[in-house]
Amino acid sequence: MANNNLALKAHLLRRAGFGASRFELEQISDKSYEEIVEDLVHPERFEEIDEDYLKRYNPDVSYHDNIGSHAGRWIWRMINTKRPLEEKMTLFWHQVFATGYYKGDHTPSTIQQIETFRENGLTNIKRILLDLAKDPSMNYWLDNCENHSDQPNENWGRELLELFSMGVGNYSEEDVKQAARAFTGWTFEQPLPLYPYGHYETKFVFNESDHDNSEKTFLGRKGNFNGEDIIDIICEERATTLFICRHLYNFFVEDEAQVPAWSIEPPRNPEAVDTMIDILMSNDGEIRPVLSYMFNSDFFKNSFYKKVKNPSELVAGTLKLSGRYSVVPADGENVGTLYGTVAVMGQALMNPPTVEGWHTGHEWIDGGTLNERVNFAVNQFNDVSSPGFRDILERLGPLVESVDLVDSCLDLIGPIEVGEETRIALSKYAEEVGDVNLGTNEDKVENAQKIARMIQLIVSTREYQFA
Amino acid sequence: MTTFTQKSPVFVVVQLSGGNDFMNTLVPYSNPAYYDNRKFLNISEEDVLALDGTLGWHPEMAPFKELYDRGMVSVVQGIGYPDSNRSHFRGMDIWHTCAPDEVSTIGWLGNVIEQLDPSGDNPLTGVNFGVGLPRAMSKAGVPVTSVSNLDEYGLMSGIAAQQQRDQALQIFKDMYGQAVGSGPVMDYLSRTGMDVLSGADLIKVAPQQYESTIEYADNPIAKSLRDVARVHTANLGTRVFYTQQGGYDTHANQLPTQPGLFRDMSRAVNDFFADLEEHDADENVVMLIFSEFGRRINDNGSGTDHGSGGGAYLVGKPVAGGLYSEYPSLERDKWEKGEDLAHTIDFRGIYGTVLEQWLGLDAAPIVYGNFEQINPFRAN
Repeated sequence: MANNNLALKAHLLRRAGFGASRFELEQISDKSYEEIVEDLVHPERFEEIDEDYLKRYNPDVSYHDNIGSHAGRWIWRMINTKRPLEEKMTLFWHQVFATGYYKGDHTPSTIQQIETFRENGLTNIKRILLDLAKDPSMNYWLDNCENHSDQPNENWGRELLELFSMGVGNYSEEDVKQAARAFTGWTFEQPLPLYPYGHYETKFVFNESDHDNSEKTFLGRKGNFNGEDIIDIICEERATTLFICRHLYNFFVEDEAQVPAWSIEPPRNPEAVDTMIDILMSNDGEIRPVLSYMFNSDFFKNSFYKKVKNPSELVAGTLKLSGRYSVVPADGENVGTLYGTVAVMGQALMNPPTVEGWHTGHEWIDGGTLNERVNFAVNQFNDVSSPGFRDILERLGPLVESVDLVDSCLDLIGPIEVGEETRIALSKYAEEVGDVNLGTNEDKVENAQKIARMIQLIVSTREYQFA
Repeated sequence: MTTFTQKSPVFVVVQLSGGNDFMNTLVPYSNPAYYDNRKFLNISEEDVLALDGTLGWHPEMAPFKELYDRGMVSVVQGIGYPDSNRSHFRGMDIWHTCAPDEVSTIGWLGNVIEQLDPSGDNPLTGVNFGVGLPRAMSKAGVPVTSVSNLDEYGLMSGIAAQQQRDQALQIFKDMYGQAVGSGPVMDYLSRTGMDVLSGADLIKVAPQQYESTIEYADNPIAKSLRDVARVHTANLGTRVFYTQQGGYDTHANQLPTQPGLFRDMSRAVNDFFADLEEHDADENVVMLIFSEFGRRINDNGSGTDHGSGGGAYLVGKPVAGGLYSEYPSLERDKWEKGEDLAHTIDFRGIYGTVLEQWLGLDAAPIVYGNFEQINPFRAN
């Protein structure tokens, strides 16, 4: 690759964020790779995104009714934030702690949960689990509001252990029941009624009179445990640390078998995961040091094509390139449109199918979703007046010779590398097109379509499906 | 092209996702133990749609009961498998792969589709309607088509000018068509891309040719089954259809939730078979309706927690109708894990029944063993 360093930074930003346009990559050209990693894990160094402008064009994101608008608002943030890892970690925890809107139909709680992940996503695993245990949306999703001292409901207790912290094989059925008892009385305030003014927020409450105050035995410890104690104990367990690190590795580095297989299948890169565990444990569960280590590691730098883009990455990343949703949504569209877009690709944000979340990796791809992914990416470059495309056009210079067309476009769209078959097919198109003159405005108007078609073909490639 | 006739046996799977509460689907209303253990969440004797002196359908299942009364529903009572896994994820995986003791990525219907179309010539041999392909249908190297929107299916559909779209499709074909051996995921992408190209070409006639007097309701399962009907009546050689209805994870608020699900589902299934009948296309269609597990015998005051044994249904003209296997015992000492309905027949035996008695395939290699079968089909 012509500019290896640039390619590596682009790789980092695709994984730790949602990609970068050439303009954005140039803005950080004086920073080293390591400095960029530090910036990423410290989002507070950068200004928070201002949603006012978005709200002016999409009034419904100021209200609490339409979940699709808020999911779309989230994608808009992924595209435009100056704190890409903050949004990426929000998505990470949303994937791990999959909570579906459809059960409660309560928009304020759903967006509040996402906001909580945004606030605590880079902090400490204990805080993250405790916030989760107190989150009204999760509380309702896994029925802890129905977990009473005289009639325990073990849904939350079970999933906390199975899907959110330790994983199958590290606790007994009895531990599930005991954990459930410890969380009795953890519920939320009944929100004000929906009518006439719409949805109101709610908050966590501990209902002491509904709490089972007797002794419990959990993971070999005995005591009159409350929910906090359960989370403390869980966080002492190496299984939990392993669980989090496998998730991080799977999400950021390389597609692996998913959670249900973890009790059977060892990590693909045990050495990497072991080191991550050591770092997480020696830092008392702080997430940042693990992420810094991971992004700076050789295994991360050498992980091109080891991850299939999830739909949010594909959609936000492509829109960063076309610039169609920078500042405000493209003409005639509403950010809510973006929710429908990721949904048909199999990732309805804020609405995962079940508590186990999505099947990821190559399972994002089937005939139907590949069709959607390709068509979406192609359609983003139908409009040759989009800011991202115009920027690409400017950078190509006054004349693109036919032999350079493929490489120049691959460079500006990533840089990304493609395999030999792909290159041959793209070159065939370049030959048909011939040299492309972009010298004058008239030339640009006349020939923009030829360049746009090349970009459309590139975003249709197999290689483009990888993060 | 694989040869097929219009009357080759067709199999439609409807998955009720989340774990349906069988006890409140087919209610043992004459059994006092039912009311003793379902203190809050029970269907009263006056409300059930009685099937016989002991069992009755949930009141919202009237359209389904109508099919039953016409002899078109064979009920499999007490379906499950040993040492049931109460996790949705694992539970569903087990139903999809027939592999309770290991994590398998080979779907049982992936195996079926491969056997029905060994050369993989027809990407429409297996068609899923919905977002995301269920693991049941996935097997490396076996093409299946997954459609989220039947009316707008096809690559590069956003390129308006036909000539330019054709050019782009040709290059797409060149890019995806040649690679083998550049890694399993890259190869998988290649195959999937090529299958989408050919599948889209074939399936686009289905919406064009379809006409019907049946007005389906406006809900996801009705829409999906209408899509199944549109593709089935287009005679494109589809042998396995898959679709699902979500929402059955009724830990809480089961009372207001379950009736709506049953209403949508039973109406949609009834409309679907009426539609096929109108098209004289129902003689060769059998539907399996299943859920990944049943729910706990005791309710929790508002809903029911994950359980074990449940129920499944084989529906269609070719089935004989009636009750099969045994209703799980409600006697406390027969409960699985002390709190669940114990299964009385293994789901792999029901798969085997469909495979051998309907699709004419050898069951053992697909369900990994020999399991007790039932005889739910009409004698020819």
